[in-house]
Amino acid sequence: MTQFILRRLLILPVVLLGVSVVVFMVLHLVPGNPAEVIAGPDAPPETVRQIEVELGLDKPLPEQYALYMGRVLQGDLGRSLRSRRPVLADVLDALPNTIELTLVAAVITPLIAIPLGVVAAARRRSALDSGLMLVSMVGITAPAFATSLGLMWLFGYQLRWFPISGDAGPLWTLDGLRSVFLPALALAIGAVAALARLTRSAMLDVLNQDYVRTARAKGLREQVVLLQHGLRNALLPVVTVIGLQVALLLSGAFVTETVFAWPGIGRLAVFAISSRDFPVVQGTVLVIALLFVLINLVVDVMYAYVDPRIHYS
Amino acid sequence: MATIARPLPTADAAVPHSGAALPAGRPLWRRFVRNRPAVIGLCIIVLMLALAALAEVIAPYDWRAQDIINRFSGPSPQHLLGTDELGRDILSRVLYGARFSLTIGFGAVAISLAIGTLVGLVAGFYRGVDGVIMRVVDIMMAFPGILLAIAIVAALGPGLTSTIVAIGVNEIPGFARLNRSLALSLREREYVMAARVLGAPDRVILGRHVLLNLISPLIVFASLRMATAILVGATLSFLGLGVQPPVPEWGAMVSTARQYIATAPHTFVYPTLAIFITVVGFNLLGDGLRDALDPTLRD
Repeated sequence: MTQFILRRLLILPVVLLGVSVVVFMVLHLVPGNPAEVIAGPDAPPETVRQIEVELGLDKPLPEQYALYMGRVLQGDLGRSLRSRRPVLADVLDALPNTIELTLVAAVITPLIAIPLGVVAAARRRSALDSGLMLVSMVGITAPAFATSLGLMWLFGYQLRWFPISGDAGPLWTLDGLRSVFLPALALAIGAVAALARLTRSAMLDVLNQDYVRTARAKGLREQVVLLQHGLRNALLPVVTVIGLQVALLLSGAFVTETVFAWPGIGRLAVFAISSRDFPVVQGTVLVIALLFVLINLVVDVMYAYVDPRIHYS
Repeated sequence: MATIARPLPTADAAVPHSGAALPAGRPLWRRFVRNRPAVIGLCIIVLMLALAALAEVIAPYDWRAQDIINRFSGPSPQHLLGTDELGRDILSRVLYGARFSLTIGFGAVAISLAIGTLVGLVAGFYRGVDGVIMRVVDIMMAFPGILLAIAIVAALGPGLTSTIVAIGVNEIPGFARLNRSLALSLREREYVMAARVLGAPDRVILGRHVLLNLISPLIVFASLRMATAILVGATLSFLGLGVQPPVPEWGAMVSTARQYIATAPHTFVYPTLAIFITVVGFNLLGDGLRDALDPTLRD
């Protein structure tokens, strides 16, 4: 166990270094002269030259990377080419909103998925089961932007239960809760669908076991059989997947935040790419990848701790 | 939400690992035809390809033709799927859009299949470089879901070609890992050993004995990743980072339709349905092929 965690920690710097190289290269993959692309087609040569100097493009590539890393390690992600604000400030403004959205989605995912899976398994082969499985198949296959827009249309425009865009306030206020609900549900929907299906099949596996038959035979109520004998044992594979899904929610933030105008880091990145604001693009991509790597590390270590049967070689 | 995540390491298990090129027993085609969902998937894909190829013949209007007076009209005999914000015929645009979406899918999978297979085989067979290659793959996998594709599109700028390249690169790690694990198991097979003992050069071993045995798992995996590539392509275009309007790529159509969702939901529904049906088609086909090519994996 300790060895596994140590090895994971040793690989971490290598992966992070690689991530930084990829992020650094974003600016240098730009076809032609990046400074000209940033300045626009009609910009005078002085402007182009000024941007070259500001981004350090006039220096050799390895030196540029070294300078870039030096700044990043000091927490300096450069300045936005559009707003002139430090990128780190923009990122730190947006990040809590993304974390709030992701956390709410992560909390509601098992709360919706597990009961649905249990009900489907308990009413196996009923109309309810087939219906739930069909809906979950759609939830898995449909593009995220489509399900987001569908939810917005239904709950925002038709039923008018929830606001359709923006963040109305912190989580502990009623307005804040209402405004986070739709985006969080949209973000969670794919994970909910996948998890509900998994819960159902894990439950069906367990319900075929001898000890479940014994529990029924000795006259326990069906509810007790399902929840205490069934769900308890079905939860392990389910819990394993939850962590993975939570990490992936991060990458769903691009679509959800754009659709619901949620002021998070995904929307910041999409704006920055559209306006060719490369320092902001690099900063946001770096921070999201960093978060993903760290969450995965925590999840892996937790699994190794929770389930000693897991071996890593 | 669609899972546009890259295939996880465990996804390897979902693809046949058997070394047999084609399993014995009932002929492949008959096994495939008996699998109804797979046949439906194949029909969907063939239909989509036909519609894309014959768009000029089938489409009732030019995809650019505007009719401002009749904008936002609902489905009618003149416009079977209605018109959009410029009065353009949505059916015609969806038909032409099939070209762009399928091109993205095939192009991206071709890139990742070629590079991923090469890299994965090299890693699996030449253990000396395995560590380096797999660390690079690990680094690429540190970017969740579509983030790597987004970073590449950010650099290359919007457009069809950069979208294809971005998604192609995004999909390389999955193909590399699959090929590496297949190569690791194949290199221990008796017939590969025998060929080596007989003095066959690496190029013959890899080309004849290994690559042939990779074909069926690769077809299955590529079919499933086509679905993902089309989804990611539509997502990038939806975000305004991929193919740009007025080109009728399905995701780009939804991106424009999004502004009118409250008043004209039909502009949003049909391109979305087209994406959905195509993705379902490739998924059904991939699952069906897996069952037909490797019956031991049927669940």
